[in-house]
Amino acid sequence: MSRVRVLVGTHKGAFVITADGKRQKWDVSGPHFAGWEVYHVKASPADPNRLYASQNTGWFGQLIQRSDDGGKTWAPVGNQFAYEGEAGTHLWYDGTPRPFEFKRIWHLEPSLDHPDTVYAGAEDAALFRTSDGGKTWQELSGLRRHPTAPHWAPGAGGMCLHTILLDASHPGRILVAISAAGAFRSDDAGTTWRPINRGLKSEGIPDPHAEVGHCVHRIAMHPSRPDVLFMQKHWDVMRSDDGGDSWREVSGNLPSDFGFPIDVHPHEPDTIYVVPIKSDSEHVPPDARLRVYRSRTGGNEWEPLTRGLPQENCYVNVLRDAMAVDSLDPHGIYFGTTGGQVYGSADAGDTWAPIVRDLPKVLSVEVQTLR
Amino acid sequence: MIRVLLPTHLRKLAQVDGEVRVDLAGRATQRSVLDALEASYPMLRGTIRDQSTFQRRAFIRFFACEQDLSNESPDTPVPEAVASGSEPFMVVGAMAGGMRD
Repeated sequence: MSRVRVLVGTHKGAFVITADGKRQKWDVSGPHFAGWEVYHVKASPADPNRLYASQNTGWFGQLIQRSDDGGKTWAPVGNQFAYEGEAGTHLWYDGTPRPFEFKRIWHLEPSLDHPDTVYAGAEDAALFRTSDGGKTWQELSGLRRHPTAPHWAPGAGGMCLHTILLDASHPGRILVAISAAGAFRSDDAGTTWRPINRGLKSEGIPDPHAEVGHCVHRIAMHPSRPDVLFMQKHWDVMRSDDGGDSWREVSGNLPSDFGFPIDVHPHEPDTIYVVPIKSDSEHVPPDARLRVYRSRTGGNEWEPLTRGLPQENCYVNVLRDAMAVDSLDPHGIYFGTTGGQVYGSADAGDTWAPIVRDLPKVLSVEVQTLR
Repeated sequence: MIRVLLPTHLRKLAQVDGEVRVDLAGRATQRSVLDALEASYPMLRGTIRDQSTFQRRAFIRFFACEQDLSNESPDTPVPEAVASGSEPFMVVGAMAGGMRD
């Protein structure tokens, strides 16, 4: 029988939460790495027992943990993330140049077909890759050396490379997103890059249509239709039909188009999910009601999904890496909150229930479908 | 033989209980103690000092014999009591800072 394994990174450790295909009864294991911030845990699509976790504290810095048994046991692997050559500078909050300096790994994206190959998105924004299971990491420095990099600036959470999308149908294509620089695409396996931000409009920067400087929060893609991309920007939900070459707004009737996560239905490439947040100054749900919004039309027309979610006095946020979908039928969808709940739906979002409550602040949620 | 006392998180990471003991061939300095510690416990690399510059991480302190040695040169000999093994070299997570709680 199929099973699912939900991988949760929190402010104080990681949790591995499992259930059978009915997704009604959940077994919680953890905290792993108790007391450490775990920004992300993700499994290799090529080997479901191979997991990688990004573990960090301000005291002891960055560690990468690897599990070869589905999260039962873990061992630290390499943690040296050295920028290649001269660090260069980016803009600081006050507009002055500041050298790139490694702070942490926000996102780990295992290769689609090699368990030992993983991409890692760093703050300050850079992309690293390992091809030896995490023992050593090399920067794909063409991104940080892009001529626009001196104009990149941190978002409120830091200048993080938080989204990495790999595209099986275009060998060598990698998309990344950086707050607050925007989206970038490489078509040569990360050697050269170009900004893909045409059509984005951001009122918070001097030129709202600038080539870079946009605070992209998340990009999602359906693997069967990789040229269609969905983006949750600081404000605005956007869509591209040409691999990011151009974008158009699809916020439609959302109560707020500010938010962090966005995800795509595993079987319906035009069904997408977002969690609207009131504003950039108040990171809470509109009207204190936690609502996932679903569009079955690839954007513009949205319906609220509320059954089982708190509809009063709710003041949590859902961070950019904290939503995931499984690939069962009907598919499951999961998200974690800054209040420590992980909600799950086994019916594509129609009804929800907490699969665990009262965890530390949830930083990331991933899910594996195990057959 | 040098006795090293690690903070809880690093003891868990190194999978040790209590003090760690490291043997040094030459003069005992902060640098040689940490070199020996990291050679015995490679998972600690980068958690106490930067792996490239070998600078102490900002929120790590070094104490011994009721003294704060954090800002000593890495090549200054550690106190005799540490070198002889009668007192531990303490790696300490700074009391303030380090994490947003």
